[in-house]
Amino acid sequence: MLRYILSRLLTFLPTFFGVTLISFGFIRVLPGDPIVVMAGERGVTPERYKELVAQFGFDRPLLVQYWEYLKGVLHGDLGQSFVTKKPVWDEFFALFPATLELSLCAIVFAIVLGLPAGVIAAVNRGKFFDRALMSSALIGYSMPIFWWALLLIIVFSGWLGWTPVSGRISLMYFFDNGSGFMLWDALWSDQKGAFLSAVSHLILPTIVLGTIPLAVIARQTRSAMLEVLSEDYIRTARAKGLSPSRVNFIHALRNALIPVITVIGLMVGTLLAGAILTETIFSWPGIGKWMVDSIFRRDYPVVQGGLLLIAVIVMIVNLTVDMLYGFINPKIRKR
Amino acid sequence: MAETMTSAAAPAAPRPGRLKEFWYYFRENRGAVIGFWVFLAFIVLAVFAPVIAPHDPTQQFRDALLKPPFWQEGGSLAYPLGTDALGRDMLSRLIHGARYSFYVGIVVVAIGASGGIVIGLLSGFAPRWLDTIIMRVMDIILAFPSLLLALVLVAILGPSLTNAMIAIAIVLQPHYVRLTRASVMSERTKDYVTAARVTGASTARLMFSTVLPNCLSPIIVQAALSFSTAILDAAALGFLGMGAQPPTPEWGTMLAESREFILRAWWVVTWPGLAILVTVLAINLMGDGLRDALDPKLKRS
Repeated sequence: MLRYILSRLLTFLPTFFGVTLISFGFIRVLPGDPIVVMAGERGVTPERYKELVAQFGFDRPLLVQYWEYLKGVLHGDLGQSFVTKKPVWDEFFALFPATLELSLCAIVFAIVLGLPAGVIAAVNRGKFFDRALMSSALIGYSMPIFWWALLLIIVFSGWLGWTPVSGRISLMYFFDNGSGFMLWDALWSDQKGAFLSAVSHLILPTIVLGTIPLAVIARQTRSAMLEVLSEDYIRTARAKGLSPSRVNFIHALRNALIPVITVIGLMVGTLLAGAILTETIFSWPGIGKWMVDSIFRRDYPVVQGGLLLIAVIVMIVNLTVDMLYGFINPKIRKR
Repeated sequence: MAETMTSAAAPAAPRPGRLKEFWYYFRENRGAVIGFWVFLAFIVLAVFAPVIAPHDPTQQFRDALLKPPFWQEGGSLAYPLGTDALGRDMLSRLIHGARYSFYVGIVVVAIGASGGIVIGLLSGFAPRWLDTIIMRVMDIILAFPSLLLALVLVAILGPSLTNAMIAIAIVLQPHYVRLTRASVMSERTKDYVTAARVTGASTARLMFSTVLPNCLSPIIVQAALSFSTAILDAAALGFLGMGAQPPTPEWGTMLAESREFILRAWWVVTWPGLAILVTVLAINLMGDGLRDALDPKLKRS
């Protein structure tokens, strides 16, 4: 096991340095002078230009620049935003809870609906339920989620007027020293209606972001269940006279879960990509919207830092999933 | 297994017998056949768009702004699916939009697949150190969420449909590399490859004409699936303002333009998205059928 962990860590390090190299290279491969590009139409005075060159260290050799950058990264220094002048690191972690909250809700939504859907489909293989569920799953899988979001807004916010269109909570509520997790803060605050407001703001973004994971989980659960259901021990369990629901949900699902958990773990990338679209549409103040806004504002230090942090988060989660998987399934370690 | 044997004997293009066999299995899957016909219709629309579309996609009818579809009050058959805020015919724009999506799919898959296959073959045949380097580079690309990386690449290259296609191709390419490399790894130790090597085939010949034809099945399936991913991602970039630029009738760009009218004119929002969904769904259905027909081992459902 130790050797397995070490070998995974050994592949993690070069990837990490590669990712820093890409985010380092980002500003430098921009066509034209990066500082002129970043200044945009406003332009820069020669004094400010010199100042910026010195600030970025563009006047030094590339290798030295990279070394300085890497040192900064390892110390949690990712530069400052052009627009807000705040450190990128602080901005990222101020907004990250919003994205994390949304992603967690989306994944819970996807699991709660996707697992039973997959089990029901597998048990009723080839029958009406199976076909209906799997067709819906394929539609969900093919869904352009930015359009799906607009449709839900038309129906639930426009026609029915049930849910708000944007933001995380009604402007009436404000929390001092909040944890950044709106549901949590609202639940423990004594402001009446705050929790309900937070939930109603969360519903549509959760559905939108959870749709593709839901479809993937349902499909994966079904195929894993089908494989398990043909095993001998399932026949034995049935022959013992256990009730079908006990066999399906306890004996079969438990063993079918391993591939499903892997798929869920590897979904961080999908979720973060989806968060870019979902947050932009619902004006959700998380890192997805922050990245898109920064790209449009040419706030390149933010784009650079955000790119790196997001990639590192994806890598760490994937590594953890890999290790957990090696832990659950000893066969993997041998490879 | 039989397939491997026959193709080893004749690694050239598939013979009619194989195509027939393929169609036999493909036909089994009703969804796949439906997907195939829808996809065919999509291609016909894309190719003959100027002939089929009733109006020019960029022509603005100033007296018909935001007209609803013909079955609603105020709609007319002149603009069957209504008009947008600038008085452009929705139906004509949708039909022309098929062109862009088709173009995106073809170009992205062509670049992504050919690049990925060559790198994957190289990686599979290369000495260990080179293989490791290539795979680490692919890991690095895969560490970024694909849409985010595409977005940043477009930000570097400048927003346009061409740059969006390049960015998506770069992002999709590692999947082909991994797939090709994995198949090459399992093929290259087989007897027919050794036999070819013993008869003096060069490495290039081994790579492209001995091994590659036997690795094609999963790659074809991947090509179908990434065709739909390409369409979705290009539409998403267009929607974010980083893909095709207005007044191009690209579906994602159309959606972005329609956002401010979403509560006033449902049709401007509904049609472009529906077009994306139907196209992507058809291709995914077809992809599932392809997977089942080409490689029973991969059969998941």
